[in-house]
Amino acid sequence: MGLLDKEFSEDNIVIAKVDDLMNWARLSSIWQLGFGLACCAIEMMATSASHYDFDRFGVMPRNTPRQADAIIISGTVTLKMALRIKRLYEQMPDPKYIISMGSCSNCGGPYWEHGYHVLKGVDRVIPVDVYVPGCPPRPEALLEGLLKLQEKIRNESLRKKSA
Amino acid sequence: MKTADEIYELLKKEFGEAILSLDKETPVEPIISIAPLHTNKIALFLRDNEELKFDSLMCLSGVDDANGEKIKEEDGSETIKGGTLSVYYHLYSIPLKHKITLKASVPRENPEIESVESIWRTADWHEREAYDLIGIKFLNHPDLRRILMPYDWEAGHPLRKDYKNPEFYQGMKVPY
Repeated sequence: MGLLDKEFSEDNIVIAKVDDLMNWARLSSIWQLGFGLACCAIEMMATSASHYDFDRFGVMPRNTPRQADAIIISGTVTLKMALRIKRLYEQMPDPKYIISMGSCSNCGGPYWEHGYHVLKGVDRVIPVDVYVPGCPPRPEALLEGLLKLQEKIRNESLRKKSA
Repeated sequence: MKTADEIYELLKKEFGEAILSLDKETPVEPIISIAPLHTNKIALFLRDNEELKFDSLMCLSGVDDANGEKIKEEDGSETIKGGTLSVYYHLYSIPLKHKITLKASVPRENPEIESVESIWRTADWHEREAYDLIGIKFLNHPDLRRILMPYDWEAGHPLRKDYKNPEFYQGMKVPY
């Protein structure tokens, strides 16, 4: 993107567009809500742990939605939990982002037909930015999902929220 | 250690009419059928009798026998009228190392059975589950609420064979 393209060579002055600067700051410190639902949560925790190290992308878990920028819906969304997810989403401050992780939260997954208790896709209650397929997705897939989200944030404009 | 026949004889001597039958033709464990409104008394006897000492309720499950009259609805679905729902009790005696399975059947239209929660605390949540998913009412249970489905679930009991899932729950579309 070249945030420092217009760096003046001798003084400590950098000229950048506000859009670029804000987006860069946002995408480099996506704090996620510490929130897991099912087996995908195990993969999400593995992604957070030292081997895959989510923190190198500025992602770290926060324990309250008030301090979170993103929520990773990692697992089966039951109808009972869907109401709580919606409440958590509403408690997060703007701008807020959602990664839907795994088949269950994408579309109901293996419960699509006989799961009387499962919401067939979390996008029925909250707007999803990035869908990560898999059952469960490997940490690499979740990281790819995060990079896609960063790309989306990078192209945002202050005038219009696109993600 | 007692065999199923000996346990059956002991129960028959104590409770008579309330002990219905002994079925040994089942593939795994012999099953003693008991009357649903006497389960608490029978359970207390099984736990406290010196020769039985069934101190552990391994599992309590509700079952929809689906043995009633099946009626075809206009939309192609099926409802069941009459027949029974059942509760199975899997008991084990840790000191005497013997086990037995009990079965109590209740009519589908009025599924009432005595709770054994005061005898084996394990039964508390198991009975709530049987109530939640099959719709069996346990009399004298201290806290018979739904345990898995939302408290405001109005569409019935999902593991009944003629259960129909609702179109919407709290404004969310349920079918795929």
